[in-house]
Order: sequence, then C-alpha cells, then structure tokens
Amino acid sequence: MQTVKMVVTGPFNAGKTAFIRSVSEIDVVATERRITSEAEKVKETTTVAMDFGRITVDDDLVLYLFGTPGQKRFDFMWEILSEGMLGFIVMVDSTRPETFREARSILQTFRAYAPTPYVVAANKQDMKDAWELEDMRLALRLDPKVKLLPCVAHKKESVKAVLLELLYSILAEMEAGDA
Amino acid sequence: MALKGNLRDFSITQLLNLINLAQKTGTLVIEGPGETAQIAFRQGKLAYAQLGGEDGSLAAILHQTRRISASQYRLLKERASTMSDKELGLLLINAGYLTQDDILSSLQTYFINIIRRLFTWVEGFFRFEPDTLPGDGKITVRVDLENLIIEGSRQLREWEQLQEEIPSLDMALKFTERPGTNLRNISLSVEEWRVVSYVNPRNTIRQIARATKMNDLEIRRVVYGLIQAGLVEIVRPEGAPPPRPQVPQARPFPTADKNEQKSLVNRLINRIRSL
Ligand SMILES: Nc1nc2c(ncn2[C@@H]2O[C@H](COP(=O)(O)OP(=O)(O)O)[C@@H](O)[C@H]2O)c(=O)[nH]1
Ligand SMILES: [Mg+2]
Repeated sequence: MQTVKMVVTGPFNAGKTAFIRSVSEIDVVATERRITSEAEKVKETTTVAMDFGRITVDDDLVLYLFGTPGQKRFDFMWEILSEGMLGFIVMVDSTRPETFREARSILQTFRAYAPTPYVVAANKQDMKDAWELEDMRLALRLDPKVKLLPCVAHKKESVKAVLLELLYSILAEMEAGDA
Repeated sequence: MALKGNLRDFSITQLLNLINLAQKTGTLVIEGPGETAQIAFRQGKLAYAQLGGEDGSLAAILHQTRRISASQYRLLKERASTMSDKELGLLLINAGYLTQDDILSSLQTYFINIIRRLFTWVEGFFRFEPDTLPGDGKITVRVDLENLIIEGSRQLREWEQLQEEIPSLDMALKFTERPGTNLRNISLSVEEWRVVSYVNPRNTIRQIARATKMNDLEIRRVVYGLIQAGLVEIVRPEGAPPPRPQVPQARPFPTADKNEQKSLVNRLINRIRSL
C-alpha cells in the first residue's frame, strides 16, 4: 500500500476541519478539545493535535489529508506534519482580514519546511462579508503566479476544485522539472 | 533455501502466510528485542508455541487460562513437576477433572495469544527449522492459520496508521490543561495507567515505552487512546533543542521513478474528480 499526503494549514477557525471533512471517507480523526483561552472563544472546540482525513485512490494508493493545529502553541507539530508532503493548502477565512497576516506567516513557515507546491484557498466565500479574491491577493501579498482559489469548505465540489488545482500544480512542476 | 531473515523485511503475517501455503512442518524461531519465541507447525497448521522466559508447562497454561486455580497450580508444580504435559493431561482427564476439549482449547488460546503478541514485534531475527517439533511429552494442537493471518494484516494496517498519528516517539506527553468533565467517564486499563504515571514533558514517549516495557506498537496504541480521550497531548520534550529548519528527510513520493510519480498524480486527479 502506497500512501501520499497533503497538509491543510491556515489560521485558527479558517475552515481546515470542514475542508477535510467534506472529502474524507473516514470520520475526520480530530482531537478536539474545549478551548480555554479567551482569544480563542470564537467557537466551542478547536483542534489541538491534527485533523486526519483519508481518500482511497485505488487498491494500492491512499491519500491522507492532515490539518494542522491552528493555535501557535502547537506549531512545533507543523514541521512533523510537513515531512514528506506532496503539497499543501493554506486556508484563509475571507471574512476575517485580521487573520491575513497570520496566514501569510504560516505560508512562509511551510514554504521554508519544504519546497513543495501549494495553493491558497479563500474560504467562506459564501458569506456576504467575504473579501473579493483580488483584494485578498493584495492583502496577502501573493505573487500573481500563486493560485488563490475561492472556496466554501463544506461544499464538496468546491473542496474538490481546490484539491485538483493543487494536483495540477504538482503535475506542472514535475513536467517543468523534466524540461 | 534457508528461511531466515529480519521481521523488518518479512513480517510475522507474511511468514504465517508462507508456512500456510507451503504446508510446512517445523519450528519458527524468532529472536525479538527482549525475548525468543518458538512456534511449531505441522503441515501448515499451528501446533505449538512457546515464549522465551514464560513457563509454558501445561499446568501453567491451565492456570493462565483459568482452568485451574492458583493453589491447584501450586500443588501440581510441587507434586507433578516430573510429569510430562501428556502424562499430566491424561491424569487430569482420567480423574474426571478436565475434558480433553478443555485442555486443547486452553492450549489453543494460549498459543494463539503468543502469536498475537508476535504481531506487535516489528523487529527481530527469524529462522525456520524444518521438521523440528516439540518433544514427545508435549501436547500439540492443530489450528488453521487463515484467521490469524487476517488478524495479522489488520494489525499491520493499524500499525501503519498509528505511525502516521504518532510520527515520532521522541516527543513528550503532557496532560491537557483542563481535561474537562469527560474525564470522569474515562476508565483506564492497567497499561494506560502505567503510561499515565510517566506523563511528564521531560519524558519522551520512547523513554516511557522503555520504562513500561512496551514495544513501539503497544506504546503508540496506548498514547493514541489517551490523546483521543483528551487526556494528554504531545509536546516537544523539555530541554530538547528547537526543531531545525532543515529540508525534511521523508520523501513525498513512495517511488523515485518520474513516470511512476506522474502516473500517481494522475491517479489522484482522477480519483478526486470522481468524488
Ligand atoms: N459559511 C461558511 N462557514 C464555514 C466555511 N468553512 C468553515 N466554516 C465554519 O467556520 C468555523 C470554523 O471551521 P473549522 O473547519 O472548524 O476551522 P479550523 O479551525 O480551521 O479547523 C466552523 O463553524 C465552520 O462551520 C465556509 O466555507 N463557509
Ligand atoms: Mg479544526
């Protein structure tokens, strides 16, 4: 059995768990704990260890999706999770510009771990106060070459589109490497 | 061709499969990290099993599988220590104390449990000694290997998953800051309690495993359960250097072949499209 993995990262509450849950064939194994700190009281529980989803591709290939813990105090897990990843997705909550700076810093950190392809998902695009993609690109200071994709994490089709774009990038990079 | 090697390259499950298919007769000797196991097969069926330091006498097995009490076991050890297992078995049957079925099913349970423990060995040298069987005085059984093989492959998958969940044993554990109310409903096994008693950011999981004499699989299983219960969390061990910003060793692709890699990505693409 061969396994490959992708990492879903991004700030707290960006939608990582929802994203993985939409496509995983197993219940997402998340170690969710009631949170204690005031700043994190946005929602009831948060992921402290990692989310873990699985997509069986065929008889001998399985894709694992790992969601990183959002809170800073668990960022030592990031490096471990990033080992041997095929690529990664940075989730950003399009309705919360105050998290954009952190998203950018997470993106930089992951790029330092591994030179693998990545895409940025502008999540919660279904909400009325979601930022426009082009504004987000500027705010996140993303290079025009970086894929910034609209996303609604609990819509399967939307999650599929993001995963596919990442896979296309991975393929494109392999072909570029051949040339 | 001699059947010998390391469990790292050829797992217990694979060995059982081979013995089953080839209907082999003989004894498989496995030297694990702390113990040696000897498993005998007759025509591809499990006949006998013994674990290094353990008292594998019939009296001990009957006691362990609760067919006889501790005092009966002590008595047998004193009075019947020179008897072979077969003689003792016959004596117990003739005395109307146990049936032949009782004895055989006791032995089966005991032997199968030894094999189950072997499934948790990920390392160790093995060799197969053809046509060697336990001495005449021993009682042997005939157990089909198929079910054990299925169980073993299930464990192998669990092992792979646990490795993904707990990638490094060099991390430490600490109690979650506020375990919350659900702690009241947690009932821990003895093994879990032993691990819990060592939880401390200064102890790596590896050190806890050593202290509690658990192997890699056993410790990962317990730690995973504790994490799932919300009792502990994984932390970087205190006093350990911060992670180095180095390019990780692990490879994204299970194959080095460029074309296979591309085909793999294309398979992923097709699968995601079809979701
Ligand atoms: N409207 C909307 N809500 C979302 C979307 N994605 C996630 N959420 C909600 O945002 C909250 C945080 O999502 P979660 O996946 O737990 O975030 P995580 O901390 O990154 O794992 C939850 O209440 C989700 O239901 C989205 O695309 N649209
Ligand atoms: Mg989450």
